[in-house]
Amino acid sequence: MELIKPDININFIGNVKKVLIFSLIMICISCISLIIKGGLRYGIDFEGGTLVQVKFFTKVGISEVRVALDSLAIEGLSVQEFGEKEANEYLITMKKTTGELEGMSENIKAALKNRFGSDSLEVRRVEMVGPKVGKDLRKKGILAIAFSLLGMLIYIWWRFELRFGVGAILCLIHDVSITLGALSIANKPIDLPIIAALLTVVGYSVNDTIIISDRIRENLKKMSRGRLRDIVNKSINQTLSRTCITAGTTLMVIIALFFLGGEVIHDFAFTLLVGICIGTYSSIFISSPLLIVWERLFPKKKRR
Amino acid sequence: MDKNLKWRTILIVTVIVVACFYLAPSTFKLPSWWESTFPSEKISLGLDLQGGMHLLLEVEAEKALSNTVDRLVSDVKDTLFEERIPFDRIERVENDNLLVEILSSAYKEKFSEVLENRFPNLEKLKFDEKDKIITYTLGLRSQDKEYLKKFAVDQGLETIRNRIDEFGVSEPTIQKQGENRILIQLPGIKDPKRAIDLIGKTALLEFKIVNDEYDINRALKGDVPADCQILYSKREDKETGETTKKSYLLEKRTLLTGENLTSARVSFNQFNEPYVAIAFDSLGAKLFERITGENVKKRLAIILDNNVYSAPVIRDRISGGRASIEGGFTTAKARDLAIVLRAGSLPAPVKILEQRTVGPSMGQDSIRQGIQSILIGGTAIVIFMMIYYHLSGMVANFALCFNMLIIMAALAAFRATLTLPGIAGILLTIGMAVDANVLIFERTREELRTGKTPRASIEGGYSKALITILDANITTLIAALFLFQFGTGPIKGFAVTLTIGLIASLFTAIVCTRVIFDYFLSIRRFKKLSI
Repeated sequence: MELIKPDININFIGNVKKVLIFSLIMICISCISLIIKGGLRYGIDFEGGTLVQVKFFTKVGISEVRVALDSLAIEGLSVQEFGEKEANEYLITMKKTTGELEGMSENIKAALKNRFGSDSLEVRRVEMVGPKVGKDLRKKGILAIAFSLLGMLIYIWWRFELRFGVGAILCLIHDVSITLGALSIANKPIDLPIIAALLTVVGYSVNDTIIISDRIRENLKKMSRGRLRDIVNKSINQTLSRTCITAGTTLMVIIALFFLGGEVIHDFAFTLLVGICIGTYSSIFISSPLLIVWERLFPKKKRR
Repeated sequence: MDKNLKWRTILIVTVIVVACFYLAPSTFKLPSWWESTFPSEKISLGLDLQGGMHLLLEVEAEKALSNTVDRLVSDVKDTLFEERIPFDRIERVENDNLLVEILSSAYKEKFSEVLENRFPNLEKLKFDEKDKIITYTLGLRSQDKEYLKKFAVDQGLETIRNRIDEFGVSEPTIQKQGENRILIQLPGIKDPKRAIDLIGKTALLEFKIVNDEYDINRALKGDVPADCQILYSKREDKETGETTKKSYLLEKRTLLTGENLTSARVSFNQFNEPYVAIAFDSLGAKLFERITGENVKKRLAIILDNNVYSAPVIRDRISGGRASIEGGFTTAKARDLAIVLRAGSLPAPVKILEQRTVGPSMGQDSIRQGIQSILIGGTAIVIFMMIYYHLSGMVANFALCFNMLIIMAALAAFRATLTLPGIAGILLTIGMAVDANVLIFERTREELRTGKTPRASIEGGYSKALITILDANITTLIAALFLFQFGTGPIKGFAVTLTIGLIASLFTAIVCTRVIFDYFLSIRRFKKLSI
């Protein structure tokens, strides 16, 4: 079976301007969303705070939960539904970056039990992160991303040439910023698992880019007389089948995770879903055409 | 048979056998002879899957320092009394230093001598003489300070470990993290609040004399006599849950502490109310006898963490070194109090920096959903590969199953923890592991199109795809490794399964599938390639 015919020849390079404009628009939308919402929304992992997940055995509306917690007069308290509708499961989060966090979850538990009876609910999950740890985790998250990017750049530089590396990294910045924008638009908080998902997207996107670059390098050797833009275009077409199939199989499992993996991992799966789509798009349409742009900016006298 | 092919087959079979050995304990109930001879580690589930509590504590080591200096203050006072050196005030001042004022310069020599002989670890930092009053600022040596802080953390860790052992939690993790942090993981905890109370309590037991001669109301208004302090007793009514507060004026001096305890256990009085019976060691018993003897008719307050539990009147000298702590406890509270007293006090208070608790039902849900998504996602890929690449797709599917086997076995062998993001990592590996085979197959198809024989096409497909596969996987591996380095808890689990999965996929997708193709194409001499 073949989904993509072997003799396919789409002119990717010819449309580079349109594609770049499209990407720029997406990046702009991301930026606008980030600006409107006042930057990234951090989860309690990075900001410090308390999260309590409760499940009621009887039907309890979200407003009832809010009223029950009003008496505690906690600043920055938010209640949201968790999981499927009618699951009577709620996520109560509060950001408290200063003062005592200990006992917060107990207070909430007591207030809810007081209002709805002690056997009517189950506390399924409690997370409390102090501001100090939040700061630590934020630092670690940034370090993980920075070192990964650096590591990949060095690897690509070593295995290929700098122009491939720069293309790949620009591509990554493109992928990450659009994914972050999507998170911002969907109002998802940035937590540790999201960072893990972002790094996976980064790894995946580079992986894709490398496979195309590899083909370009191979074809450069074979057709040393050809024009670079033709070689690049041919390479993208040759690998297109693989790119689509792998994106397809990876998306299959991520979709399974997104719909079946449960609420805890939902945001993680969402990030992967968006990121892998963007990553696949960018490695086809952005990273390799960037080689041509690079070539125009810094023309090489003698090409290997 | 081709020698090379033979060796590769042996290698694959060996890996399968070893993997099965490591996986066996997690899948079957094994006889005891197995466990003594072969690996018996099971795949351990993270707290997010089996439920439990994760706690990160910070030991306030500075407090240990000021506590030590407070003790030194009272020791220096005692010594100066003994040596008859007149002094005005001795107290702890900022930076955990000691301020001593000697009233006459005639005692300068004697004081220096006393200091040298009795308190060799104190250093003279400053010296001032004015109107015959000599003021010394004394401090601990910096290496002593460092040692005290380190000791506070180590001792705290040990004490907490003892408490948890007595509380009875299976397979707890208690580790020092960084300079002054303690990481605790308690799987399967049902009552997190009780566990936190037990772990976080400083449990400093002190005995002090109640000052009944002075008017307590005057003291409450702010006119507290020197060397005295006000502490409260808080008692919770078992039925109504209301707390009543009572104030006590106490002499600041601590006469005896929990350090001299040998045992603490729960007993019941004639009203069937639980109390904690404690027994002192020989030194403690001697001290207790002296204290009770000297303070007959006075009240002796029993204080835990600056909370007065009871203050019975001393009727007579008590010898034998036994005492009891009553405080209107529930049996569980009394039991926990006995545990913390037996395990000893924390040298410095601890603060909770991070707490994550997952209920058991939540964990089960996560496991169920995780397995469900692996099954469905995996099946979808298997079916797709079969349809798209026919028999070759089946070969890739075999490699995929083998890959899963290796991941699971490696988790057990390395005693890594499987977390919910870890399951996601496995799932992602499935998606990406087929990538290697997709690359090879696409290449092989290209070779076939140029009119090469199946055998030559496979040869070409593998050799051309190999470098690409390596390059591509190494970059994802770089991301996974840094994630492992900087990630914590569940995220580390993700990095672990992703790393193992990627490495395993290199083996299964490149080596294993190749052996199968080689077998059919060169031994069985298949003329057509189903791809």
